Amino acid sequence: MADVVHPAHGEVHRHEPPSGFIRKYIFSTDHKVIGIQYWFLALFSVILGMLLSVLMRLQLGWPGEEFGFLKTIFPTAAEGGTITPDLYLSLVTMHGTVMVFFVLTTAPQGGFGNSFLPIQIGADDMAFPVLNMMSFWITFLGLVVLLGAFFATANVIGPIGGWTGYAPLSALGEKAGPGQGLGVVLWVSSIALFCIASLLGALNFITTMLNMRTRGMSLMRLPLTCWGWFTTAVLALLSFPVLLAAGILLLLDHLAGTSFFIPTNVLDDRQGGSPILWQHLFWFFGHPEVYIAILPGMGLASHILATFARKPVFGYRVMVYAIFAIGLLGFFVWGHHMFISGMSPYTAIVFSVITLTIGVPSAIKTFNWIGTIWGGQIRFTTPMLFALGFVSLFVSGGITGLFLGQTSLDLPLHDTYFVVGHFHLIMGVAAIFGIFMGTYFWFPKMFGRMMNEGLGKIHFWFSFIGVNVIFIPFHVMGMSGAPRRYATHGNLEFLSNVMPLSKFISYAVFFTVGAQIIFLINLFWSMFKGKKASDNPWEATTLEWTIPSPPPYDNFAGRVPVVYRGPYEYSVPGAPTDFSMQTDPDEPKAAEPAGDESGD
Amino acid sequence: MAESHAATVEGSGPSTTALAHHFEDMEQQREAGTLGMWVFLITEIMFFGGMFLAYTLYRSKYPDEFARGSRELSILLGGINTVVLIGSSLTMAMAVHSAQTGNRKKLIGFLAVTLLLGLTFLGIKAVEYTEKFEHHHFPGVNFKLGEHSETASQVAQKPDGAAAQPQAQKPVLDSKRVQLFFWIYFAMTGMHALHMIIGAGALSFLIYYSRKGRYTPEYYAPVELTGLYWHFVDIVWIFLFPLLYLLGLHE
Repeated sequence: MADVVHPAHGEVHRHEPPSGFIRKYIFSTDHKVIGIQYWFLALFSVILGMLLSVLMRLQLGWPGEEFGFLKTIFPTAAEGGTITPDLYLSLVTMHGTVMVFFVLTTAPQGGFGNSFLPIQIGADDMAFPVLNMMSFWITFLGLVVLLGAFFATANVIGPIGGWTGYAPLSALGEKAGPGQGLGVVLWVSSIALFCIASLLGALNFITTMLNMRTRGMSLMRLPLTCWGWFTTAVLALLSFPVLLAAGILLLLDHLAGTSFFIPTNVLDDRQGGSPILWQHLFWFFGHPEVYIAILPGMGLASHILATFARKPVFGYRVMVYAIFAIGLLGFFVWGHHMFISGMSPYTAIVFSVITLTIGVPSAIKTFNWIGTIWGGQIRFTTPMLFALGFVSLFVSGGITGLFLGQTSLDLPLHDTYFVVGHFHLIMGVAAIFGIFMGTYFWFPKMFGRMMNEGLGKIHFWFSFIGVNVIFIPFHVMGMSGAPRRYATHGNLEFLSNVMPLSKFISYAVFFTVGAQIIFLINLFWSMFKGKKASDNPWEATTLEWTIPSPPPYDNFAGRVPVVYRGPYEYSVPGAPTDFSMQTDPDEPKAAEPAGDESGD
Repeated sequence: MAESHAATVEGSGPSTTALAHHFEDMEQQREAGTLGMWVFLITEIMFFGGMFLAYTLYRSKYPDEFARGSRELSILLGGINTVVLIGSSLTMAMAVHSAQTGNRKKLIGFLAVTLLLGLTFLGIKAVEYTEKFEHHHFPGVNFKLGEHSETASQVAQKPDGAAAQPQAQKPVLDSKRVQLFFWIYFAMTGMHALHMIIGAGALSFLIYYSRKGRYTPEYYAPVELTGLYWHFVDIVWIFLFPLLYLLGLHE
């Protein structure tokens, strides 16, 4: 399969990998190594973020109770063995920041995108390999600086203002609360570094996909994963610089004594700034960020559903246009995060209408996913289960988005657990399921061995049931009026009825987090002891499955692959197998396969 | 195509030849570089866009304070800098042309003039900044405005308050809000100057390598890309000059 040689390139140009350990594994410019580095960075971050959420649930389920081990892990922040309100708020901040930036943004795009975008388009590497390496190491530096924020202040583990860092709380320094001084400086520096890394990465992705496609790889023959990464890169490219500008202004408020975000009459000597400006700049980034997290998962879900349903993607072109539409509309809806900021109702209506419009391309995608698996010969492998789980979570999280997009409903629900449940389902666990399906699907190609299917299926069912049991009750709590970001609801009379529910959620969290140990065991066991993977274990059609697992340093061993057909030619009538590789040449008699239209 | 493949050194790290191993030919490499730079400039537009948004917001909120602050800036120095920068864009374009036509001497000359003009800009900027410090226009505890227009705090400090009379026609300005103008001024021109410094660094590299004869009519992408960057930084200044310097002119 890999023997296809371009007519003009009869000769083969091999490129040997660099020999030193550091150039090969640490400061590597090889996109596959960088992808795996991103992936491990996200794995570390997701474990950290998950443990923070366990501590939060401990406090919410058993408010104020003393736990001996807290004294050990937080010798200064939890002296009495209890989680103080300040400590709780810093847990919220760090959980959100770690998860949004270093997991949901890093793994789907930096991890899988780096590993597979060049291979899927038939390139040897990203367009700018050195820039790619720099992107990763700047991200790494960002994580290190963020970890510094954990230790910046004695009685908290970071800023207490949440991952959105609303001004003026975030701009006033230590007098606004513990962790708001040096903690915020480190936090916002970390985010600024992450912004720089992300925009450099996005630039690289866009150039690579437009410029590095191999012969025959027309835009409409690209796998949908590539379209997911590309649209994500466009979003990152346009939104991260704005957050960078906001971050620099916030940093100046801390370090240079400016008052960009400090309003009149808060401090004597600093006047006239606008806290709402921070919200605008932040959410201009923040809303596209939601799609940055989810779009790679959407592309991957389309890819995996087609592969394991043994059918072409239903409406390939429409799927591409729908991704574009979601990305484009995503830039005009940031105001729906700010309905309660005192925004004019007329402005709010505009934001509301555009927000609800996103439901149209989202529904197109959902129906096309269902159309893809409809009547297929479905193979229920672990990646397929996670893809189906992704669609399910996308629907149940998306439906509540239609509630919150309406001003009249958002006003009472905004600061409650309803919102927390909504964004955890759609942005949090749906994207995490995207990461899981990518891991189970591409693990054979990344590490050359198969993951254990039995453990994978147990992991899927525990996780799928777990996240629904956790986050659906969040909506109930929200409708009962439970406010977000409170260290406890136990002292609120009107919530006494839902307190047992809160405790139940905590148990569900412990169970679901515990189930992730199955994943970790499966992962590390398979990495070293798993069954050796063949070139194409899933009988898929795209280019990464034409080369050995794991791929050689120069991907296609110096040859230039030639693409003859679309990415999802499954079960083509008359074809010898139920999958036609993209590199399979046409039959001499048929100029264009008549089987389906989706390819080109 | 065949020559460029032959020129690739097997297994060596950063290849000394112009074609990187993962590109098929020089054409593809040049296109990737150009596209990458344009895409990078889009991120720069978004970045400065965030700052321009802050400017727009505060200016519409405090128009009089902004006009007042603007009058403290030297239109002469700003104007000279504008001319210097536009001139440097011209020489940069000439440098790219010289690289295209393979005239090494002219290439080095034009790059050097561009660098010189860039440094002149930064020098004049430094003079302006120093002036602002000396006149206490740098925001902070020592901030105060010039004498010909008094601010609310200064009026309040007068013992009899009679001096407030001539101010009746003009709006009374709060010097703390005029500071906001200077914060924006320093943040935006500072970011612009940082970009100029990076550009000057890039020009120095180009001069160094063109003296070594690295750039040919077949391979001059770095010159072209630095040119794009330089023009962009120039354009940012074209926006900054009227928005910051010419704002208070009408009074």
